[in-house]
Amino acid sequence: MEKFTTLSGLAAPLRMINVDTDIIIPKQFLKTIKRSGLGVHAFNDIRYNADGTPRPDFVLNKPEYAGTSILITGENFGCGSSREHAPWAILDMGIRCVIAESFADIFYNNSFKNGILPIRLPKEQVEALMKECEENSSAPLTIDLEKQTITRGNKMSFPFDVEPFRKYCLLNGLDDIGLTEVKAKTISAFEENDKNKRPWI
Amino acid sequence: MSAAIHALTPRTLFQKIWDDHTIETSADGTCLIYIDRHLVHEVTSPQAFEGLRAAGRAVRRPDATLAVCDHNVPTSNRDKAIEDPESRIQVQTLSDNCAEFGVKLFDIFDKRQGIVHIIGPEQGFTLPGMTIVCGDSHTSTHGAFGSLAFGIGTSEVEHVLATQTLIQKPAKSMRITVDGKLGKGVYAKDMILAIIGHIGTAGGTGYVIEYGGEAVRALSMEGRMTMCNMSIEGGARAGMVAPDDTTFNYIKGRPMAPTGDVWDKAVAYWRTLKSDDGAIYDKEIVLKAEDIAPTVTWGTTPEDVLPITGHVPAPQDFKDEGKRASVERMLDYMGLKAGTKLTDVTIDKVFIGSCTNARIEDLREVAKVVGNKHVAQGVYAMVVPGSGLVKEMAEREGIADTLKAAGFDWREAGCSMCLAMNADKLNPGERCASTSNRNFEGRQGRGGRTHLMSPAMAAAAAITGKLTDVREI
Ligand code: SF4
Repeated sequence: MEKFTTLSGLAAPLRMINVDTDIIIPKQFLKTIKRSGLGVHAFNDIRYNADGTPRPDFVLNKPEYAGTSILITGENFGCGSSREHAPWAILDMGIRCVIAESFADIFYNNSFKNGILPIRLPKEQVEALMKECEENSSAPLTIDLEKQTITRGNKMSFPFDVEPFRKYCLLNGLDDIGLTEVKAKTISAFEENDKNKRPWI
Repeated sequence: MSAAIHALTPRTLFQKIWDDHTIETSADGTCLIYIDRHLVHEVTSPQAFEGLRAAGRAVRRPDATLAVCDHNVPTSNRDKAIEDPESRIQVQTLSDNCAEFGVKLFDIFDKRQGIVHIIGPEQGFTLPGMTIVCGDSHTSTHGAFGSLAFGIGTSEVEHVLATQTLIQKPAKSMRITVDGKLGKGVYAKDMILAIIGHIGTAGGTGYVIEYGGEAVRALSMEGRMTMCNMSIEGGARAGMVAPDDTTFNYIKGRPMAPTGDVWDKAVAYWRTLKSDDGAIYDKEIVLKAEDIAPTVTWGTTPEDVLPITGHVPAPQDFKDEGKRASVERMLDYMGLKAGTKLTDVTIDKVFIGSCTNARIEDLREVAKVVGNKHVAQGVYAMVVPGSGLVKEMAEREGIADTLKAAGFDWREAGCSMCLAMNADKLNPGERCASTSNRNFEGRQGRGGRTHLMSPAMAAAAAITGKLTDVREI
């Protein structure tokens, strides 16, 4: 997993609520057996017309948002299915951070496992950031994970919350499995003990 | 917490299961929890097996892992190879991975094959008090047995395959009590749709919901599974119902269920799995069963529900500005005009299937409503049983004959048009009465319009060609 320390980049406002995983990556693209290559299909149905041409009204198709690495959006982002293809797809299109009023649990969790930082902010702050990015799309937003701040030049600065364990893993690019494997003995001891209590497991 | 304190502090069902599975708790409250059962399907597992292979890791407990292909499989002409090359590769990859890692698989030719959340309970693989995961959000279904069951992403699938554990923080707990008795023509599906309408699609975010009350206790296991299944549509990762005799009677004698002394020991343990009196929930909601009517969705999120007696709402009926804008978009997408009576809305297709409602009891209800009536002219209605075993049972009971005679298309088991990854899908603009769980834009096919409802209501719609109040059939 790629480390996430600080990120400075363009931010695009996606003015929608309840953006579900079917919108982020429709099911016809779930047939892959790889993690990569999903970026071109991200947001397919709202990004392209039926004939495959880009829809000019979709924010990430607008020339001023080319190369966006931060997405700002409304409440309940990533609701619906557990498909990790959703974070894979947005990561593959270059997005490393999503700022939203709220996230669906599984998407939130999946993001961290792929080096994407999901940030929850209060409604007014999300709105303020969206406005800013609409008015002046070319100024970058800077996310500092160590300090837990989002800043926009010297105009705006918001602190954000992140659980210490997730922060630690993201900052160091650590893979959970490796961390857990170190505890193999403890897991075996648990299994032994449990066998007496619940032999049907 | 020590055992002594446990004995004093009243705990919820969720806390009891959590405590029994916690291997280690770190300072910030993150826990390493043991996973008892892992279900695997072809869509969310290839990258996980690939990860294991790359790191030279094995599957820690193949005996606690069960795989099935369901999302991509065709629901007709099973004897031919899968036509779509990508689907074929995905199904083949699962079978190769299972062979390589020693995982048991129900392949497309196995009559036990079916939707992952239907076969777990059917086989007795799903049992009370367990932690159960699958790379699929509707894993919440298994909570109907009083287990803690939730969907995980592919990275976590890999984590469970390798270590049989997950790193998790405990969820908050919510209790939803439905008092009283459901009226005629009102089912578990209506109850859960009404609940989601009440709490909203994000209302359960961060919570595990425990369902209780007279109306829930009176449900069969099938009904409880329908409710727990859609907990995720209310934002919750898991739903659960405390196990009781209904649960134990359902499990007894199933192929993978314990037997003999172990069965007795298991039941004794399972009987302890209920919330203690005085246990504290972070949130409590109480509804009255009598207030719930047959319910349908009109929009493109599962919270957009109305009793079938209602009218399509207008954007200005909603207080929240964001919601108003989304209602406008939804009405446009759904091709509905504000003020239209729901029972005046005509449909093109009917889909009876999915892990929400494709169990034998659901098909029995459909057959009851259909009787010797016929599917309306111009309507295409399909029935996709949840598993090969459900299909076989329905054929033995004469349900298949009733439905075929009525003009329903009788298919093979799989996810089918619930998410339209195989050839079964809606065409743009087509309207469908569906027993599945998601009505998102494009879910059942690009441009397709989905109305969620109970199997009985879908059967009624098939017969009349319109959204219909099943109580009037
Ligand atoms: S039936 Fe639908 S909801 Fe259930 S597992 Fe299959 S695709 Fe998912």
